[in-house]
Amino acid sequence: MAVRPCPYALSVVLIETNALEKRYDNKVTALADLTVAIEPGIVGLVGVNGAGKSTLIKLALGLLEPTGGSIRVLGLDPLADGEAVRGRVGYMPEHDCLPPDLIAAEFVTHMARVSGLPAAMARERASETLRHVGLYEERYRRIGGYSTGMKQRVKLAQALVHDPELLLLDEPTNGLDPEGRRAMLDLVHRIGTDFGISVVVCSHLLGEIERICTSLVAIDAGRLLRSATLSAMTQHSGLLVVEIDEDPAPLLDALTAAGLEVRRNNRALMVRLGEHADETYDLIRDAVADLDLSLHRLERQRHQVADLFRDAPTGEASYAGT
Amino acid sequence: MPGPENTGVIHDIGYQRYEGPRLGRAYASRSLFVHSLRCAFGLGRSAWAKVLPIGLFSIACMAALVLVVINTQLPVQVIDYVGIASTFTYGTTVFVAVVAPELVSTDLRGNLLSLYLSRPLSRADYALAKMSALAAAVFVVLATPMVILFLGQAFSTDDGIAGVFSEAGGMLKGFVVAAIHAVVLAALALPFASLTGRRVFATGMIIAVTLLTTPVSGALLSFSTGDAAYLAGLINPSNLLNGIDRWLFAGGTFDVGPYGPVYGLVAAAVVAIGTGCTIWRYRKVKA
Repeated sequence: MAVRPCPYALSVVLIETNALEKRYDNKVTALADLTVAIEPGIVGLVGVNGAGKSTLIKLALGLLEPTGGSIRVLGLDPLADGEAVRGRVGYMPEHDCLPPDLIAAEFVTHMARVSGLPAAMARERASETLRHVGLYEERYRRIGGYSTGMKQRVKLAQALVHDPELLLLDEPTNGLDPEGRRAMLDLVHRIGTDFGISVVVCSHLLGEIERICTSLVAIDAGRLLRSATLSAMTQHSGLLVVEIDEDPAPLLDALTAAGLEVRRNNRALMVRLGEHADETYDLIRDAVADLDLSLHRLERQRHQVADLFRDAPTGEASYAGT
Repeated sequence: MPGPENTGVIHDIGYQRYEGPRLGRAYASRSLFVHSLRCAFGLGRSAWAKVLPIGLFSIACMAALVLVVINTQLPVQVIDYVGIASTFTYGTTVFVAVVAPELVSTDLRGNLLSLYLSRPLSRADYALAKMSALAAAVFVVLATPMVILFLGQAFSTDDGIAGVFSEAGGMLKGFVVAAIHAVVLAALALPFASLTGRRVFATGMIIAVTLLTTPVSGALLSFSTGDAAYLAGLINPSNLLNGIDRWLFAGGTFDVGPYGPVYGLVAAAVVAIGTGCTIWRYRKVKA
């Protein structure tokens, strides 16, 4: 897979909100004082159900009007320039939204035309897009006869068919089995890397989308919890994790005696890497060999994305699920 | 595009960016209109979806063929072009009651609006495209029998080319009436259909409005005299349309006296209110 230096057409901010607020008529506050800048790439928008993810997407499309603050998408105001914004954005809704008695190829062609593509181009791109999402063989079947996984692919195809600059996916793995989830996320990853289209993907399952994202935006109860690139989130820490099959106490003593800073964490030992990393590795190897222990694991510890939410005031447990 | 050009792999040409034209809102509306017009007759859908609309359309065409035969065999013309529109009013009412829910209720039920409204179309564009498609479908159902009648009459006329022109003039009048019927019925039916995602309820509501007022209007027409009889047609859509036929081209099934323009005004009001209600309805609907 060839990796291009900058696959995204423009390095403008995709979605930029400033003190964005949305209250519904029934006084429910969906978003409160949300200020965030979403950069090009594959962006995971995580939060529990009801955190305001779908509301943010609908505000970005100009389908809802903010009750306070401002939002700009691709540098445009989605309310004032709705036509321009919606022409350049693709949207895959969370819920079922397909007509059961239409043929998939005809439906996607129709959607391409409603996005402004001339008839011949619409037909061609509908076929192409259905091929990319893996429905080429089945494209002349009626959507009503499709499995849930295939329907999700048609939903993705209709969002992609007009070659948007930004793809907004609302819970694309909804209702899929584990294998289907993996396939869908691989597809989203391909769209973000090979196709060069920026993707904002909503999910309430952090563990699932962190694998494919370049950055994450976490919102909770309509407020921004954390926003960062994934590399910053998961950079190496200065700790080595050592796991042995036997009781770690003798090894702990041996390593401490060798002058290393060691801390016990359940069955594992956390060893701080010294200035000379190689020496630390050698000391551990020798200590394990001397004590005749069987080494189970020796690796540098990474920050887990879930750790980001550990110091968050609320809702942290919800993000740990996979 | 990613990858070198001659990798020898032909089964995966990679993703192609689209560099062609993007035609904007007006084109998007037109596309939705064409798609909806096809859907109205069940084209591109399952066989069951075709049964009723195509069935009604075929009956209208066959009736026109029978009328051609009768007209050409009898010494007097039993029906003219405007007469087709007047006589078929109840048929077109049923057609509208079946097709209007097909156009909008299925979209509501299937959440398709979220896909349409996330595209360049505005909410009003959607409402107007659907209404135009419904009106165009009704026009097709009314105008096609007129064309059949014209072909039959034109080929059997005794007056040569003058007869053909006379028939063509009659057909144009018929088209005008057909267009009025189409727009009024569409503006009447679509607001009701857009209220519910259940097709059965939508059809029921439209049938109720159009057919249940028939006996009331009919009784008033029969049992009252003078102004009351002239104006009784206003309370029923079919009679309203017949009144317009009488006012404009002396067609229709009953006398409207001097109140022809009233029928015209009421019809215009129905169109304005119906269109307004539909647009208002789609301003509120959840995307």
